[in-house]
Amino acid sequence: MDNGFWNSPLGWTLASTGAALLISVGVLLAVAFLLLADRKIWAGVQMRKGPNVVGPFGLLQSFADMLKFVLKEIVVPAGADKTVFLLAPIITVILAFMAWAVIPFAPGWVMSDLNVGILYIFAVSSLGVYGIIMGGWASNSKYPFLGALRSAAQMVSYEVSIGLVIINVILLSGTMNLTSIVTQQDGWIWNWFAFGGGAGTWPTVLIMFPMAIIFFISALAETNRPPFDLPEAESELVAGYQVEYSSTPYLLFMMGEYVNIVFMCAMISLLFFGGWNPGFDVALIGLPDWPQWAANLFYLLVFSVKIVFWFFMFAMVKAFVPRYRYDQLMRLGWKIFLPTSLVAVVLVSGWRVAVEAGLI
Amino acid sequence: MIASIAFYLMATATVVSALLVVTARNPVHSVLWLILAFFSAAGLFVLMGAEFLAMLLVVVYVGAVAVLFLFVVMMLDVDFVRLREGYARYLPLAAIVAGVLLAEMIMITLAVVQGGVAADATTPAVATPDLTNIEAIGRVLYTDYVYFFQAAGIVLLVAMIGAITLTLRHKPGIKRQKVADQVGRDAGKAMEVKSIPTGQGVSSEELS
Repeated sequence: MDNGFWNSPLGWTLASTGAALLISVGVLLAVAFLLLADRKIWAGVQMRKGPNVVGPFGLLQSFADMLKFVLKEIVVPAGADKTVFLLAPIITVILAFMAWAVIPFAPGWVMSDLNVGILYIFAVSSLGVYGIIMGGWASNSKYPFLGALRSAAQMVSYEVSIGLVIINVILLSGTMNLTSIVTQQDGWIWNWFAFGGGAGTWPTVLIMFPMAIIFFISALAETNRPPFDLPEAESELVAGYQVEYSSTPYLLFMMGEYVNIVFMCAMISLLFFGGWNPGFDVALIGLPDWPQWAANLFYLLVFSVKIVFWFFMFAMVKAFVPRYRYDQLMRLGWKIFLPTSLVAVVLVSGWRVAVEAGLI
Repeated sequence: MIASIAFYLMATATVVSALLVVTARNPVHSVLWLILAFFSAAGLFVLMGAEFLAMLLVVVYVGAVAVLFLFVVMMLDVDFVRLREGYARYLPLAAIVAGVLLAEMIMITLAVVQGGVAADATTPAVATPDLTNIEAIGRVLYTDYVYFFQAAGIVLLVAMIGAITLTLRHKPGIKRQKVADQVGRDAGKAMEVKSIPTGQGVSSEELS
């Protein structure tokens, strides 16, 4: 990036477009296989085989599904608001990809190293609800509308607890820049924020580990995953906000949903479980002597493994836990998670102040 | 060059969408245009280097306030014909309000352009270049303006409590879920094992 061309407007535009394309294609490919993994894990828990026809072990199932979606006819309901109806899935998928712009994959491998990275993510994910509301309203049908209303209330509620949990991490790290949040968690596993964030702040493990769990559960609710998939509860609302959608618009909704799920897995890894840090001192395997690209590839691998692990947890929860009732969902969000994370913010900031004042 | 292209793009988007908020026939479309206006305004903030404010604008106004707007507008049973009827009646009042706002904005702009305000206004408290926006805002907010900040918090708290007391209703005779009771229920509390002599059975009185 140090030669003149890449700093000129044209070169800069080309470089950012390339980076955006690289990340999008990478995420899409990952989503294609994770979707298959999701179905396989779910099938495995129920002692079925899952998709196993297209390609070896059904590996190409997602691509076959995509082709099928794209080749079908787009049906727009007669009373629908056509523009908003078609805009909704596009917004969903664009917002899902937008958030990836600030995710650091390895040291230096980040598209935009914002110093308000976490706030950016928070802003983009708070916009995600619009795709669903618009889709539900524009369908001009009552099941989608009910699904959209539920979903809006659910996502807004759980955003509050996610925000407060993230504030704990910000308080510990003292920055909103994701890269420096990850670099603060390097070295051994107890430096990860889920385990208190290292020598100086280890007693906060008592708060941070429950916070990591709350974040995980809120992430389930935020991405409308089971057991919180009320917006598309098929036993009550057929398929919620996406009842009227078919073919490519439906594909976009589903893609946006899965990209969001993978994104939440990445967020859990970044904020609480060390991001690209493997959890041991990298000098043990001589990593500082490796060439930069090889070291970064290793870090990328570690990060991907963590994402896949959290995705596995998402899939297991989907297989194990029965769906919540709507009032139970709201009760959990507002009466349990919100007060708990609020108390945690008070405790962590109290800890920071006490340490700074020399009381502890 | 990219910055100026981005500025004109977002400025146009802001103005056009703000115009469409007023002129759109469907109230839901109005709210959607309003969201676009907020979003483009956030983009303008970013161009001015106020990325923290931009993100807050998106999180608070687009992510929360506009969602509630959309909620309310969607739930309303709006009669578009009747909505149009009052147009002529309220036009004079609306014109006066708009005129006053316009005059105020022109006056402020003139004052700023002529330097009348800038000369008197205090210089920003934190001008150190190595501070990020968040740190700079935090340092003033929690030191010089801490009482105002706390007062704002109390106002919000009062509003929140007010909203809760207005909507909270205790209906008598409603069964509520008691999670602790449900979780605390075990076999010992829920059932009783009786030994029944073979060939005799039990009567219903014995069971109760």
